[in-house]
Amino acid sequence: MMIQYIIRRVLTAIPVLFGILLVTFVLARVIPGDPCRAILGEKATQEVCDRFAEEHGLNKPLATQFLIYMQEIARGDFGRSFRYGMPVTRLLIERLPTTFELSVSALILSMIVGIPLGVISAVKHNSWVDVGTMVWANTGVSMPVFWLGLMLAYVFSLLLRDTPFWLPPSGRVTAGLAAPAFYVVWGWHVPEEGLWLALLQFLSRLHIFNGVVTGNWKLVGDALKHLILPAVALGTIPMALIARMTRSSMLEVLGQDYIRTARAKGLSKIKVVLKHAFRNSLLPLVTVIGLSLGTLLGGAVLTETIFGLSGVGRTLYEAITARDYGIVQAFTVVIAVFFVALNLIVDISYAYLDPRVRLD
Amino acid sequence: MTKKESKAAKLDAEGISLKSVSLWQITWRRLFRRKSAIIGMVILGILVLIALTAQWIAPYDPFQVLIGIEPVKQRQAPCIHLLGCPEDQPEHIMGIDGNVRDQFSRLLYGTRLSLVIGLSTVSFAIVIGTVLGALSGYFGGWVDTVIMRVMDVLLAFPSLLLAIAIVTVLGPGLVNALLAIGIVSIPSYARVVRSSVITVREMDFVSATRAMGGNSYEILFKRILPNALTPLIVQGTLGIATAILDAAALSFLGLGAQPPTPEWGSMLGSERNQVFTAPHLVFYPGLAIMLTVLSFNLLGDGLRDALDPRLAHTSG
Repeated sequence: MMIQYIIRRVLTAIPVLFGILLVTFVLARVIPGDPCRAILGEKATQEVCDRFAEEHGLNKPLATQFLIYMQEIARGDFGRSFRYGMPVTRLLIERLPTTFELSVSALILSMIVGIPLGVISAVKHNSWVDVGTMVWANTGVSMPVFWLGLMLAYVFSLLLRDTPFWLPPSGRVTAGLAAPAFYVVWGWHVPEEGLWLALLQFLSRLHIFNGVVTGNWKLVGDALKHLILPAVALGTIPMALIARMTRSSMLEVLGQDYIRTARAKGLSKIKVVLKHAFRNSLLPLVTVIGLSLGTLLGGAVLTETIFGLSGVGRTLYEAITARDYGIVQAFTVVIAVFFVALNLIVDISYAYLDPRVRLD
Repeated sequence: MTKKESKAAKLDAEGISLKSVSLWQITWRRLFRRKSAIIGMVILGILVLIALTAQWIAPYDPFQVLIGIEPVKQRQAPCIHLLGCPEDQPEHIMGIDGNVRDQFSRLLYGTRLSLVIGLSTVSFAIVIGTVLGALSGYFGGWVDTVIMRVMDVLLAFPSLLLAIAIVTVLGPGLVNALLAIGIVSIPSYARVVRSSVITVREMDFVSATRAMGGNSYEILFKRILPNALTPLIVQGTLGIATAILDAAALSFLGLGAQPPTPEWGSMLGSERNQVFTAPHLVFYPGLAIMLTVLSFNLLGDGLRDALDPRLAHTSG
C-alpha cells in the first residue's frame, strides 16, 4: 500500500519536472535583451555576436536548443556561465553551501523556538504566554525579511558594537581566516575532477561542518557568529508559522475525547501532552515545515543581498538581471527540483504518519 | 410574556437566537467577538482613512525637494518639537530622505499604493484562479489534468524567485511587478476553488438543478461557485498580506515601483545602504509595511475562524 502510494506520487512528479525544465528554458530565452551584448558589451559587432551565438548554440532553432539542453542536463552538464566563463556546476558547488547553511540553520532555529512555543501556548491556552506568543507570531509573519535583516544589522552591528553582543553585518567568515578543507587536512588523495571531488568541495564549503570535523573551532565560532543575524532574519517567518500551526493543531487534539480518557486514567499531564497529543498534532506541522522551505529559498535572495552572502539566491537574482542564461537555467532547475523533491518527501511522510492519506 | 417569548429569551441568554440570521450576519458577529480581528480591522480602517485623505493630512508634497525652501540637510534625523527638537527648526516627524523630501508625507502617500497593490493583485489572481479552478473541478478529466499540472509547475518555484523572473521578462516597473505577483498567486486560488467545486459538485441540490434542465453555466456560476466563496474570501484576505510583502520585496530589489514613486519597498530599498547612518529611512517604511500586512493577516485569521462552521458556537 505504502509502496504503491510512493510510486504513484513519484510518477505524478515527472510531468512537473518536465514542466520545470520547459518553463526555465522558455523564461531564460524570453528575458529581453541580447546575451551577447550583455556579456561582451554594447559595442560588440554583429560578426562577434554571430560567433558568440554559434559558440553557445544560440543560432539553432528553439526546439533544437531545448533538445540539446535536455540531453545536457541528463548528462549532468548544466552548460557554462557567460559572465563568469566557467561551468555552471562549479559555480553551483561554490554557492550552494552558503544557501544550504543559511536555510538549514534558519529552519532549525525556527523549529527549536517555534514548536515549544506552540506547545506551551496550546497547553496554557489563553494565558499570557499564549497571548504573547500569538502577538509575536502574528507580527513575525507580517515582517518584511529585508527590513528585519537591516534592523538586526543596525542593532547588533552598530548599536552594540563595543559589547560582547556585537555581531558582524556581512560575509560568512572574517576575511583572512584560514579554513582548510577537511580532505586537505586529512591528506586525502582526491581526483582532479568528477562527482566525488564536487561532493567533497561542497561539504568542505559548509564552514560549520568543515570546522567541526577538522576541529577548527575558531572557524566554527566565527562562522556561527556570522550566521546568527541572517538566520534569525530568514527564520522569523517560518518560526511564527510553525508556532501558530503547532498551537492550533495541539489545541484541536487536546480537545478530543481520548486525551480526556488518558488524563482520567491517571496519566500525568506532561505525559499526555507529549506522548498522546503532540504526536498526533505532528501532521499539519510536517506540511508547514515543508512549505516553509520554499519561503526560505525565496527569502534567501533578500537575506543574501542584505548580508553580503554570495549564495544561490543572490547569484540567481544577479544572473537574471545580467541575462546569464546558463546560471538562470541551472540554478532555477536545481531550486525547483529540490522544492519538488521536498514536497514529495512531505507527502510521503504525511502518508506514513496518517494511513488514511494513502487511500485517496 | 408569552411562553414562546420566554423560551426565546432563555435561548437568547444562551447565545442561541430563534430569529433567522444569514451566514454573513453570523460571520460579522463572530468577527467582532475576536480581539485580534478587531485590532486588524482598526488598523486597516486607519490605513484606509490615511489613504483617502493623504493629500490633506500630509504636511508636504511627497515629491517636493526641500533644498532652498527649508534649512534641512539630506537624510536629516526626525525632528519632533514635542520631543525636544528646537522650535526654530522645521518639524519633520520621520526625518528627511536621501533626496531631501519629507519622509512622513511620502509614507502617508505610500499607504494608497500599498492598498491598491494588495487589492489589485489579489483580484486579478482570484478571477483567473477561480475560472481555472472551476473549469478544472467541474469538468474533470483531461481539462483538470492539464490545468492542475500547469499549476503544479508554477507552485514548484519559490514564489518570489518566479516573480523576479517574470518581472525581468516583462521589464521592471510597478504594473509588471503586480502582474508577476498576480500570476504567481493564481495556483493557490485555483486549488481552493477546485477542491470546493469537487465537494459541491456531487451534492443533491446540484443534481436537482441538473435534473431540472439547468445548463453547465447555471450550475457552475449560480449553484456551485457561491458555495465555494467562503474559503476564497479567507484565502484572498491572507493573500493580500502576502502580495503586499512580495510587492515590497520586488520594489526593494529595484524591480517594482521606481523612484520617485513613494512606495514603501522602494523607499526602503533606495536607502538600504544608509541603514547605519540614517536608520529612520529604513525603519519607518518597513514598519508601515509590517502594520499593513499585519492588519490583513489578523483580519484573514479572524474571517477564517468566523466562517468555520465547526466553531459555530464558540468565541475566543
